[in-house]
Amino acid sequence: MANLKPVPSAREFDLSRDSLRQLNLYLHQRAVAEGISQVSVQNPDGAHSIACGLDAELDVQIHGHVGYYVAGMNQLASVTIHGNAGPGAAENMMSGRVHVKGFASTAAGASAHGGLLVIDGDASLRCGISLKGADIVVGGSVGSFSAFMAQAGRIVICGDAEDALGDSLYEAVIYVRGNVRSLGADARFEPMTDTDRAAVKGLLAAAGRSEDPAQFKRVASAKSLYHWHADANQEY
Amino acid sequence: MCGIVGLLVKNPALRDRLGALMVPMLTGMTERGPDSAGLAVYTTPVSDRQHKLSLYSGKHALDWSELLGRISKEFAQQHEISVHGNHAVLTTAADADQVIAWLKRNVAALAVLSVGQSIDLYKDVGAPADIARRYRFAELRGTHLVGHTRMATESAVTPAHAHPFTAGRDFCLVHNGSLSNPHLVRKHLEPLGIEFETDNDTEAACRFFEWRLREGDDLEKAVERGFSQLDGFYTFLMGTDTELLIVRDAFACKPAVVAETDDYVAIASEFRSLAHLPDIGHATLFEPKPEEIYSWRI
Repeated sequence: MANLKPVPSAREFDLSRDSLRQLNLYLHQRAVAEGISQVSVQNPDGAHSIACGLDAELDVQIHGHVGYYVAGMNQLASVTIHGNAGPGAAENMMSGRVHVKGFASTAAGASAHGGLLVIDGDASLRCGISLKGADIVVGGSVGSFSAFMAQAGRIVICGDAEDALGDSLYEAVIYVRGNVRSLGADARFEPMTDTDRAAVKGLLAAAGRSEDPAQFKRVASAKSLYHWHADANQEY
Repeated sequence: MCGIVGLLVKNPALRDRLGALMVPMLTGMTERGPDSAGLAVYTTPVSDRQHKLSLYSGKHALDWSELLGRISKEFAQQHEISVHGNHAVLTTAADADQVIAWLKRNVAALAVLSVGQSIDLYKDVGAPADIARRYRFAELRGTHLVGHTRMATESAVTPAHAHPFTAGRDFCLVHNGSLSNPHLVRKHLEPLGIEFETDNDTEAACRFFEWRLREGDDLEKAVERGFSQLDGFYTFLMGTDTELLIVRDAFACKPAVVAETDDYVAIASEFRSLAHLPDIGHATLFEPKPEEIYSWRI
């Protein structure tokens, strides 16, 4: 006879009671073995490194504000923060999805290699710094030096950008809808092609947004910094 | 790395709970600053003729009532003293500068941490929770507070190097970051007769701003001048008898988050120091933008 007792598929942690280490250990080593696919976290209260280093198809819902490095190094998992995120959200993400429903502090998505980071609110300075292949969609505006030295990947900014957007860009591409206070060295506006519009449309859809792709401008590298110029006298 | 915290209560009913609300904010920043901590609290001002001096005797066990007797003999005016171990607040109707000069000449072991009509200042080395207990921070009352937990990176761990730094009257400053030109600033200020007590970078910023205040700038104007004169990384939190002000440098490497409700404004390096505050779920939360000045008045 079949066992009719329902198998739980969700588990809740309360960080006012459970330790961060208990939570992350569970996410790393036990959730999959126990057949759990959904984990919710209550009272994160700004703790650091929540849901860091995940490597499984888990759905983690964090209810509140988080501190540094939430979902850093994420692989496969989907992590949603129903609140604001501290510095370095989803830094070095490899795959999966991280969704910040509030605002994100500095260096969101830094060095991320893959996956999708969605920030519904604003992102602070250095969003997508040294991006290495992930996609980032920011519903609000981004701070200065965003996409600094970004090597691969795409950043969609639905609001404005502050100073030095895309400084020293490599192959990453930025799509920005609002005003850009200033472009960084070697970054330039380029015409939007059908391929660009389709890319923006797809990324907005993936982020659950409804802006018109036709309103976005493309920023990419002018590639004048690709090669060493002995005569440049270091004046870029 | 360091932690900064600030709290200004708008609702007068919260003034009695100022210290109690602040202690978890300060101890929440222990990981950012485990080696020293300090706090300036702004209370109901003493009368126009009086000043308060926060005094610190360090490891020396000072007989405070004997000291009060000596001060009373030297200065005819009224004096009171309120003691917490190696720390005391002297309220005096005598000329504050003369009292300080006398203390420096006659009580070598004593440091004057602050002077003013509202400010009381406490700072010491050790874990923030221990310091909070040592000086009974939870019992502090007042309108606003500026606090700091220190992880020293550029100068020694001593009580004098702990924050807040003060200069002049009722002015204090705490700092998360590091300045790259404190010696240059000092070189400009010392010929003007401004004396330094430590080799700490933050003291240079504190004395720079206080000099500008004496020269007629308001605090906002002084901070604007700082953008071109102070080089380095900083989140500065400053207090005067009527104002709490926060500013971050152009690169905003050092974090800060503000929570504002109808009842209070609370500032910390990280949200984890704000999470316990009443009605925090309905507070407006934001991070100060680089080189934008945010200030609140009591």
